[in-house]
Amino acid sequence: MKNEKTTIAIAGVIIGILAAGLVYFGNPVNMGFCIACFLRDTSGALGLHSAAAVQYIRPEIIGLVLGACILSLINREFKPRGGSAPVTRFILGIFVMIGCLMFLGCPFRMILRLAGGDLNALLGLVGFVLGILTGVFFLKRGYTLKRSYKMQHTEGALFPIVEIVLLVLLTAAPSFIRFSEEGAGPGALHAAVGISLAAGLIVGALAQKTRLCMVGGIRDVVLFGEWKLLLGFAAILASAFGANLILGAVTGTSYFNLGFAGQAVAHTDGLWNALGMALAGLGCVLLGGCPLRQLVLAGEGNTDSAVTVFGLMVGAAVAHNFGLASSAEGPTANGKIAVVIGIAAAAVIAFVNSSRKGEGK
Amino acid sequence: MKTIDARGLSCPEPVILTKNALAAKEDAYEVIVDNPAAKENVTRFAAHQGYQVTAEEQGEDYILRIQR
Repeated sequence: MKNEKTTIAIAGVIIGILAAGLVYFGNPVNMGFCIACFLRDTSGALGLHSAAAVQYIRPEIIGLVLGACILSLINREFKPRGGSAPVTRFILGIFVMIGCLMFLGCPFRMILRLAGGDLNALLGLVGFVLGILTGVFFLKRGYTLKRSYKMQHTEGALFPIVEIVLLVLLTAAPSFIRFSEEGAGPGALHAAVGISLAAGLIVGALAQKTRLCMVGGIRDVVLFGEWKLLLGFAAILASAFGANLILGAVTGTSYFNLGFAGQAVAHTDGLWNALGMALAGLGCVLLGGCPLRQLVLAGEGNTDSAVTVFGLMVGAAVAHNFGLASSAEGPTANGKIAVVIGIAAAAVIAFVNSSRKGEGK
Repeated sequence: MKTIDARGLSCPEPVILTKNALAAKEDAYEVIVDNPAAKENVTRFAAHQGYQVTAEEQGEDYILRIQR
């Protein structure tokens, strides 16, 4: 078991360095990886929303899915499964995205924001832990979305194929695909396609191998006293922090800015940073994993996770079409209402799917 | 021997079912899972609780034999 912990710590260190490196190569600050932001950008590129600042088919997402898919094929872990409450998962995916876009980042970016000195992410972390604790409460009461079942290989392969189609659309760049124009916002800031794709492939494979999950880390410590996944989380934080300091010293531009105000793609409303991540934490426990883990599972042929990712993408469209997503100026009134509705909806989903009697049957 | 069928359940349900079953402190259990992550998680948990675990691959499933 020691071996497992060493592996995930090394993987975390590599992931942290790659995340910092992606910012050096052009990604927005503290956004080497952000599953929520990148799915949101991809939704925008496909025209699901029209926020001109955040439209780009992010190759990191494609790489993450395909990296996990390729490694799972090699180590015979590609197993098409599905049928465990797909509609519930889709809806939870929508609300998790609304929570993430309140905070402006998924749990992965929350770590990277901390590693970049963005103290607003500390409040996000507080909310995230509270959300996870709420989810754990329901897990202990027997929460389950019931079983998944074996699916056809073609069914499991479809989501990775969709990612390949996205890669073709990114490279061919037909006029109906929308890309943020230079200076328009975060969507215009990105590393070269090859670099982003390669980083995604490596991180996807590492995450597949180690089962890395930002929600699982805290959840497993609370539930079982099991520290393995949290170690990966901590390794990413430490390594991205170190890499930021080194990049800052080498390039002369600061990659680490300690404080609340003036952080990149972030706002300073602590309460709503916390509530946004509380929704994300609760929703992800109910889904069985963070957005990164959902991408990896979808790459392994899990079609419930693929449905969840579609939910996340639709959630991004809902968030931008209805003015729910925060900006550097702060949260919106609509966004606050949506997060409250989301927490209530997730709690209802958790409650109705929990029953001590059904356990173990 | 108590058998727990945790096939198709999302993380961390297989471990929760195992944990609840182990609370009865029987000598032997059999846990059936259908994915390698669940296999690793259940094995790790039972090992931490001081049990011996052997895994056998049976078609698409893994049979985990947990013994004191």
